[in-house]
Parts: sequence; structure tokens; C-alpha cells
Amino acid sequence: MRQPARQQVGRYASLEGSDNWSVQEKTAMARSDPAQPSLFEDFDHDAGLGARTEHVTANAEPPAPEKSVRGAHAERWLYPTPKGLYCAPAEAYIDPVSPVARAIITHGHADHARSGHDAVLTTAKTRDIMHVRYGQTCAGSFQTLGYHEPIKLGDVSIRLAPAGHILGSAQIILEFEATRVVVSGDYKREADPTCAPFEVVPCDVFVTEATFGLPVFKHERAIDEAGKLVASLNDQPDRFHLLGVYGLGKCQRMLALIRQHGYDAPIYLHGALVKLTELYESYGYDFGEIRPVATEKGKGPRKAQEFEGKLVLCPPSAIADKWSRRFSDYVACFASGWMRVRGRARQRGVELPLIVSDHVDWPELIRTIDETAAGEVWVTHGREDALVHHLRKSGRPARALALVGRDEEAE
Amino acid sequence: MQRFAQLLDNLVYTQSRNRKLALLGDYFATTPDPDRGWALAALTGGLPIRFPLRRVLGDILTDIIDPELYKMSRDYVGDTAETVSLLWPEHEGTRSPPSLNDVVETFQTTSPNAHAPLLKNMLDQLDTSGRFALLKLLGGAPRVGVSARLAKQSLANGFETDINDIEEVWHAVSPPFEELFAWLAGEGPRPDPGLKPVFRPLMLAHPIEDQDWPNLEPQDIVAEWKWDGIRVQVAAKPTEVRIYSRTGDEITHSFPEIASAFTGLDCVADGELLIVRDGVIAPFNDLQQRLNRKAVSARMQRDYPAHVRLYDLLLSGPDDLRGLSLVERRTQLEEWIETHSPPRTDLSSFVSFDDFEHLQSIWETTRADEIEGLMLKQKQSPYIAGRPKGYWWKWKRAPLTIDCVMMYAQRGSGKRSSFYSDYTFGVWKDGTPEDPALGELVPVGKAYSGFTDAELGKLDKFIRENTTDRFGPVRAVEPRLVLEIAFDAVQPSPRHKSGIAMRFPRIARIRWDKPAEDADTLETIEALLPKQ
Repeated sequence: MRQPARQQVGRYASLEGSDNWSVQEKTAMARSDPAQPSLFEDFDHDAGLGARTEHVTANAEPPAPEKSVRGAHAERWLYPTPKGLYCAPAEAYIDPVSPVARAIITHGHADHARSGHDAVLTTAKTRDIMHVRYGQTCAGSFQTLGYHEPIKLGDVSIRLAPAGHILGSAQIILEFEATRVVVSGDYKREADPTCAPFEVVPCDVFVTEATFGLPVFKHERAIDEAGKLVASLNDQPDRFHLLGVYGLGKCQRMLALIRQHGYDAPIYLHGALVKLTELYESYGYDFGEIRPVATEKGKGPRKAQEFEGKLVLCPPSAIADKWSRRFSDYVACFASGWMRVRGRARQRGVELPLIVSDHVDWPELIRTIDETAAGEVWVTHGREDALVHHLRKSGRPARALALVGRDEEAE
Repeated sequence: MQRFAQLLDNLVYTQSRNRKLALLGDYFATTPDPDRGWALAALTGGLPIRFPLRRVLGDILTDIIDPELYKMSRDYVGDTAETVSLLWPEHEGTRSPPSLNDVVETFQTTSPNAHAPLLKNMLDQLDTSGRFALLKLLGGAPRVGVSARLAKQSLANGFETDINDIEEVWHAVSPPFEELFAWLAGEGPRPDPGLKPVFRPLMLAHPIEDQDWPNLEPQDIVAEWKWDGIRVQVAAKPTEVRIYSRTGDEITHSFPEIASAFTGLDCVADGELLIVRDGVIAPFNDLQQRLNRKAVSARMQRDYPAHVRLYDLLLSGPDDLRGLSLVERRTQLEEWIETHSPPRTDLSSFVSFDDFEHLQSIWETTRADEIEGLMLKQKQSPYIAGRPKGYWWKWKRAPLTIDCVMMYAQRGSGKRSSFYSDYTFGVWKDGTPEDPALGELVPVGKAYSGFTDAELGKLDKFIRENTTDRFGPVRAVEPRLVLEIAFDAVQPSPRHKSGIAMRFPRIARIRWDKPAEDADTLETIEALLPKQ
């Protein structure tokens, strides 16, 4: 027989945790909680509108409410503010969008890691990335943590776990008064030769992104997509290929995958990609011969002919922009999860779309949430309406945090 | 099917016209009959299958996806076929994708009751691209940036034939075009239209530009009124009469009285289709009542009597006049009208002028006379299919402009699927420009052109920052941006709240500087309605 819901509190009290708590148990718990009926009423009221009626009546079971018991506890000490998600007992913001006294940073992308904070807690690699991007004085002080190295801020126990998103990316595990919240930051599940793989951390509340939170988003295998690029380079040796990549993470991942296909010609990099790639190299990643587009050491600017039939990587914004005018006839390629939708590729004038993403796609998103067995899910950014709808319908309390300042397009 | 799906994908991502031609040419050269013929049919006007795609999808999607998630996905992707192709679950096990011919045969021969399970099974056999292609085919003509003309051009290039030769035999062949491909490959006779009245590609004009004038001599030019109707070709053979639109679409069924007027004659004539009552041309709006109708009632014919005003004569009996000069053809046309004088038909007369200054003064009156402008034609011009340079020019009347306020914005499709690129704009009603608090905005039109990509970016940003409400893909915006709208004319329209509809509206300028309360009023537009 199942225990009463209230006695489940404390299940995740220890750092070791436990992952044998089934999803069914937790959702059943949420539903049987007597504190919830008003939320059902709200939803029923909502369900009276338009299309929603159809499937609500079609399913005998009502959708899950917005909150679980643990979620209600968590939202008293972890909540969105205009500066970002704030953990009150730790007096720390997670990925704040403007300067704060204490920040915990999930990864080095510019919409998560900003400069100007007093104290920053993050991984050593994210710190290095921030130094490259913003300079040595980008924060008052850094404290770095290895994955799973515990620390306490106030009464909150904090650990970092790999997020599989980019080099140094981390999920943040927060435990306070026996409730465990995992803030995933951005993450993916597919293997990536340039970063540590995502780890599932069971929790009460899983705070997830939903960049690709629609069932139409299913990424291809990245190694196959890189293969398409290499095949195109071989098939069209007279045209060179301009590959749009996000400068941190996607760039280096594509370099590694392209080399895995045995492509061994020099690869040219737009100036904006050079420093971060060098940082990866300083960690021992080998991308073969890399040359900056702009200049050849001691010889000045390169001539356009040098790129003929070659591969050039640049930020997506540089394609079809002033910068790319120096190249005559090129194959515009773009590696991004957005390339799944034809209109998105056409809009950018992309001829060879590569569906490679550093975010989870829809099936991975749903699978990950299931695996964390979280009793409640908070959605930070992306297609939060679709994900929240789906989760509640499948019996899991969920809500959108509507965090500001996330750049979903940069992928 | 997979081959065709690959072609569609490649076409979608290829911007260069030449590369598209190469892709198509390669496909037609290397794909066997009848699949390539079905592909050609799909690209030029649709497959000969009627498939209620929306209804059948409605049936099969309920088992596949939650309706709310589907709606959100569809809104995001902006295209039904693509949405379904993307979210369709991948079928486990080996697949046997259908050929294009399988698809056509299956849906031509099965009863509608069997459609849902058949479609479901086919979708299971295909990958994402294949599913997209299948759904596009069943939904009508796939829009992949290929016009019928481009498809025909690729045949012309691939088989080293003149495209106008292809156009001429086009109405003598039908899907899956085996006869056409045999002729193109030199393995069969030229398809013979026989006694069928087939379409001959029209000769079209260029808009006149400032730099054209110095190259024109008044004595070499004839001027004609540009009548405000639709350009048609009447092709008559003793057995049958057909009326074609400019693009070669047959519209005979919409204008049976014109077909009757030419019955028994043998000619191909070029003219303007108009509604004429007691010798007076009715506004374009009246003609619209007659367009796109499957059947035309006697009452329709009485209330909106159709008429053809002839510009040119291409064929007369056995004689092909297209190689003659315009003035020679004109003489023949005049004689022909005199001889046959078909009812509901007259001649478009030339506009006489002394010099270009004089002509300019005539052009300036075209707005008042409700004529669309002037045509200028070289007297020596032969009748050449297409839009040859240096022979014919259109000189459209100057557009009207009015300052409107942006009210709603909608996301575009295709290339613009993430941009708010379609704008509904309004003017003040029951209020003065000085005191808009007394009035309200009423929508008067919608435009999605006339701006650059950079301006589109700015507009998109403005809309996102000034959204006041959302209705699916549409956003209501704070009424503060003034758009100067250029348009050709306004017509009364009971369907619109404002009671008017604009013709050819486009954005002339974005008035970032102008306060919304200074935009125009409904009265200003109403004053531009044609006087009845």
C-alpha cells in the first residue's frame, strides 16, 4: 500500500538521493492531494473554451494541476524575478540577466553567462569561457566546482552535474528543507565529443528548457548530418561551403564530427570563432588544421581563391551578410535544430540545412522528464505552452516560469 | 516517390533559378514514365486526383497527436503537410515506399471510405521528406518555388526544345504526359492538337521605365488604352471554342456567352475581357463577380454581361499571323471583325497622339476615365510569346496613396514563416484626424509587399514590442505605426466592416515619423470610390 502523500516529504533529503520513486506514484500523489481542488476548477473553467473541450471530454482523467506539494514548497524559495531565477535561502540567482551579488551559472552561452556579477559559482570550464568572452575582470570573483562536488550556500546544498549541452555546461542541483530541485540549464542527450554527457538526476522539481518543445522537433543524428556536409564538399568541389554555427559549442562539435568523417583539408574559421576554438584546443581537443579566414600570419589578408572548394565556418549571422560578400558562389549551410523546419532554412537562404542541435528534441525532452521522475516541472523558456500542456495532460504538474532574456534563436 | 520527394526538398532549398532548372532537368531526364509525368503534372497544376486532405487528416491525426499540440505545431511550422510529415511517428521495420504512380492509381480508384487507412499506411512507408511530398501532392499543387513555366523551361533545356513549342503542344497532352516525353526525346510524333483550340503563349509587356523613353520614337509607336479587365485569348476552331487566361488556364466555363459569340469561327485572338453594359465598361469589381465560377446563371450573364475588346489576331483560319508586324496584324484584325462581326466583341482602338508630351497629358487623364493606363507598342513588333524586350510597354496610371495605421500583423509562410510580414491596416472612422478620440480604426486592407528585408526586420521587431493581443498566428498591435499604402483603386465591398476594398495595396513607405492620429479617415478613401 502506498504511504500518504505527506510522508513522502524527505525522500530526497540525502545527496545520494533515490531514483526508485516511480512517476505513477508521484503523479498519483499530486492528484490525491486535498489542497488542489481549486486548481482543477480553474482548469475546468479554462477547458470550457474552444478546442480544448474536445480532448478534455475525450479523456476521462482530468489534466494534472499546476502544482505538486513539493513544487509548492520549492516555489517559496526558488522563483523567477526580473533579474532571473532566484534562490532566496542561498541568496543567489541562476543565470541572471543583469549584474547581481551572487550568480550560479549553468553554461557559457551569452544569454546565460553575463559579465558584471560580484561572485560567480560555476564550473572551471565555464569560467574559462567567460574569461575568453568577457575578459579576466568579467566578475568580482569566481568559485569553481567539479561535477558532484557539494557546497553549501546558506542552508541550501548545491551540486553541479553535467548537462551535455556544451563544454563546461552544468545542471544545478539545489536541496533545501528536503526538497530537491534540478535546474537543467540548456541540455541535450545525444553524445557529443566535445563535452561530458548529460546525467539524469532524480528530483522533486525539474526546471527545464523547452527550446524545441514541439512534437515536430526531432533532431537527426549529428554524425550523419556532418556526413551530409562532407559528402556535399566532395560532390561539389568547385563550390566552397559556408557553414553557419553558433560560436561556442556547435562550432567545435561540428569540427570534431567533420574530422571523424575523415575530412582532413584545412578548415577556415571566421574571426569570431577563433578564440573559443583555441580554448577547446588548450583542453586537448584536436580539430586538425584550422586557419582563420581573415589573415595569414605575416602575409596579410588571404585571397578569395584560397577558399575554393573549402569549408568555412562562421556565425549564422555572417551568412548573407556583408562579411560573406567576399565569397562568390557558395553553398550556405547551417547546423541548427531550427533547420528541421523548411521555412526556417529558406528564410536564411540555407541550401544545405543540417539538423544538429545542442538542445534536447521533443522525444528526448519527454524522456528526460520521465527519467528524472520529477513530481513537477517548471519550464524556463522556449515552447513552454506546448510542453506544459502535454505534461499536465499526461498527469504531471507543470508550469511556465516565463523567464526573460533567453535567446532561443541562437542555436 | 522518394526520388520526387528528394527533388522537392532540393527545390525548396535552392534559390538559384539555373540550379532549379538543372535539378528539374536531371529529374525528368532520369526518371522513368509514368512517374516523371505525374511529377510534371504535380508541378504544373496538380495531379488528377480529388482528395479531401483536410478531412482525411482530421480522421487519422486523432490517433497520432493531441489536438492542442497539433495546433501549436501547425501554427509554428506554418504548413499542414510539413507539420504532419514532421510529427508523424517513424514506422518500425522495413518500408516499401509507394511510387508516384502507385499514389495516383490508389487514390483514383478507391472509394473515399478507404482513404484514411490508405493514407495512413502510405505515410508509414515514407520518411519525413516522402511524407511531405505525398501530403503536398494530395493537397494540390506543391508550392516549392517552381512555376509551371519553370517546369516547362526545364523540359525545354533538358530536351533542347523551344519552350514556346512546349507551350503550343501543352494543351494537346495530358498527364502522365507519355506522348509529350516521347516527342521531346525524339521517339514520337509531335503531339497534334488536331481540331482542338489550343493555347498560344501570350506576348506580354514590360512596365515602362524612365530609361526607356530616350530609345522611343513617337512615329514608331502606337498607343492603346490599357483596359481594366482581364487579358484573355479566345481560341476558336469550328468544333470548339476555348477561352484562356493570360497564363493559359482555361476559363471558358465562366464566360459561355463569349464562347457562343465565337462559335463556328476559326481564329486565335488576343483581347481584354470586360463587363460592358450599354456600351459602358463596368468597374473591375463587376468583372470579379464572374471570375472563378464553375457555373454561370442566366441572371449572372444578364446582370454582368461579358464582352471582349480585341487587341490582336494571332491566327486566322490556316494563317499564322504572328510573324507579321503589329500594323499588318492590325489591318487583318480590322478586316476580320468587319467580316465576322461576332457579338459581344469590338476592337480596341489606337490612341492618336502628336508627341510624347501630348501622350503624357492623355495618360494623366486615365485615372479620371477609369482606365488602367496606356500600352505602347512598336509598330514593327511581331507577336512573340513571352515578354520580349524592346517591343511592348505598359504605362500604368499613377497609384493612389493613403496613410493608414497598422492594426494587426500575421506571420508569413515559407521564407517568412517566423516574421510578421502580413499587415492589416485601418483608417479613422467617425472621428477627425485632429480628434481621433472620437473615432475608431476600421480595417481597410492588408498588404505584405513593398518593403525591403531590412524593413521587414524592423517591422517584425516593432510588432513584437507593441503586441496588445494574440489570436493564433495573428497579433494585434498598438495603433501607432503609420503605413503609407499605395493602391490602384478602391471598390465598394459589403464584406468588409469599412465597406470598401482596395485593389493591389502595397506599402509605399513606412512612416516611423508620423503620429497615428494624423493618418487618413474613411471619408478620404470613400471619396476615391468609382462614381456609379
